[in-house]
Amino acid sequence: MKPFQTWLLDRTKNKDSHTLAAYKQAGGYQALETVLKKPMSPADVIQEMKVSELRGRGGAGFPTGMKWSFMPDPAKDPRPRYLAINADESEPGTCKDRVLMEKDPHGLVEGALIACYAIRAQAAYIYVRGEYRKSYDRCQAAIDEARKAGLVGKNILGTDFSCEVHMHKGAGAYICGEETGLMESLEGKRGHPRPKPPFPAMFGLWGQPTTVNNVETIFNVPFIVSRGGAWHAGIGTKASKGNFLCGISGHVNKPGVYELPFGVTAREIVEEVAGGVWKNRKCKAWFPGGSSCSLVKGEDLDVVLDHDALKTKGSSLGTAAMIILDETASIPQVMDVISRFYDHESCGQCSQCREGTQWLSQIFHRIATGQGLPGDVDALDSLAKGMAPGKTICALSDAAAIPTLSAVRLFRAELEECVRLQKDPIPYERVEYAGAH
Amino acid sequence: MALPQKLVQEFDQLVKKYPDRKSGLIPALHRCQEDLGGWISPQIIEDLAAYFGMEPVEVYGVASFYPMFRLRPVGKHFVSVCHNISCELRGATQIMEHVCKKTGAKPYGTSADGKFTVWPVECQGACANAPMIDVDGVYHEDLTNEKVDAILGGLKK
Ligand SMILES: Cc1cc2nc3c(=O)[nH]c(=O)nc-3n(C[C@H](O)[C@H](O)[C@H](O)COP(=O)(O)O)c2cc1C
Ligand code: SF4
Ligand code: FES
Repeated sequence: MKPFQTWLLDRTKNKDSHTLAAYKQAGGYQALETVLKKPMSPADVIQEMKVSELRGRGGAGFPTGMKWSFMPDPAKDPRPRYLAINADESEPGTCKDRVLMEKDPHGLVEGALIACYAIRAQAAYIYVRGEYRKSYDRCQAAIDEARKAGLVGKNILGTDFSCEVHMHKGAGAYICGEETGLMESLEGKRGHPRPKPPFPAMFGLWGQPTTVNNVETIFNVPFIVSRGGAWHAGIGTKASKGNFLCGISGHVNKPGVYELPFGVTAREIVEEVAGGVWKNRKCKAWFPGGSSCSLVKGEDLDVVLDHDALKTKGSSLGTAAMIILDETASIPQVMDVISRFYDHESCGQCSQCREGTQWLSQIFHRIATGQGLPGDVDALDSLAKGMAPGKTICALSDAAAIPTLSAVRLFRAELEECVRLQKDPIPYERVEYAGAH
Repeated sequence: MALPQKLVQEFDQLVKKYPDRKSGLIPALHRCQEDLGGWISPQIIEDLAAYFGMEPVEVYGVASFYPMFRLRPVGKHFVSVCHNISCELRGATQIMEHVCKKTGAKPYGTSADGKFTVWPVECQGACANAPMIDVDGVYHEDLTNEKVDAILGGLKK
């Protein structure tokens, strides 16, 4: 792998990296100062974000500068407006935002302030999944320190820019990571996604213009403002610029969260960064970015990681959370776990998703436990095709259908073999629970 | 019974963060669960409904949607065991069996002595340090049976 510059995780290695003192020592809050005192106009900041070609790190890869420019012109629409930072991080395999929040929370706060300035929001709400207590506490402590130092609240750094940053705790529902589910949840309701349109930029939190961005997206903002959009656009591939946090888990020797430039291959990550597949085994298959994207075969590890290249393998970058399965893994058993997850997390508003996730889970479970029926594999395929694409209020239905379709496409023979044998040749090792949830 | 004064004061501050005070409901449910016995009792539902000016059924509708809120009494210690994919690939089943053996509780159940509730949970964002459990709100990662013994043994005393 070629040498590359890093920035996302650099400060996390410093002593007491979560404190204001350490953050300032490392040059923290200088980007905010540049923005406010140079001064840059909000439009200048948005322009710089567009030039940077940063794409959102929440899973969909939407260009951040463009998203910010959808916020209405305050001269024509003077309503209050908000930034919601998505720290719900619940996509299976994904564990990157937590590292930033626990070890470098001021980076997120500074990014939030600059983003609010650019979209002219009066407040940012950081929606953290309830289980992330340490992330919540670290971010809250950072906000408190920043407020004391005149960096959060009224007249920041003595300018006429005022902005609040608030922490908000979720309570363990994956669907609250979907941006409109998040907004409903932040309003104190069940996390039922809203039909779109209207889009959040017009009708978001409490009905007001709102931008929703992922933690890692916002974390990149101060770097882009300080070093310039062109600097960022100079790193990576045509489709994807900059560095990304890659969480790699499953059957590798050194699972972890690593900072890498777009353009590295999956093989480089598995072999050079994560120490190779464990137990000297081969990779049978892998998820490039969480369980909601298509499986890719082990022989296709030479693909480059970015938003375009993975499409040539029928998959997508998702959250860049690679899950590696070695040659002993059973696809029916892996899909049993994954389909159970979507069944558990479906909010139930759309029949395709509510019924579909339940059926997928039941069918994968019976195949994996040796009770598959003839025609089950075809049923999985036709059910998944009835659930997606774009047939439901939100993309959770797609997220359940996509890995299913890939399992049937790539591993039909294995699934059918389990049905024929009435057992999985690979022993089924999980605990069966009576009276689940 | 009404909410303790301490919590009321806290909630009065909490709701100021939001343009609509109802946004404080989920954080308030968390605080009640933490301070008032580890679960959301019907009494808490009624008290929060009164505080937020809602119907109890609305509060119940919210509380029951979120997996972190427990609507039945639980043991003294709450052990969440991740059974999602990255943990399963690295031995979550074995950890689950071991936790159950050690605590005497079954998955989704409480031990006869009331000390432990064991709850299978979906991905907790600790996938690169799998397998993991969460005991009373604290993550324990990169687990082995021996580590589980030390963690649970440390609690019992
Ligand atoms: C079911 C579902 C779950 C999601 N969960 C998350 C999540 O946990 N964190 C996140 O940042 N985005 C999540 N997203 C994506 C968000 O809807 C949204 O696209 C993202 O937060 C936008 O931020 P970005 O533009 O900075 O990527 C999820 C989407 C869906 C459909
Ligand atoms: S697709 Fe599923 S999770 Fe999304 S709104 Fe419909 S039922 Fe709810
Ligand atoms: S799969 Fe267990 S923490 Fe993510």
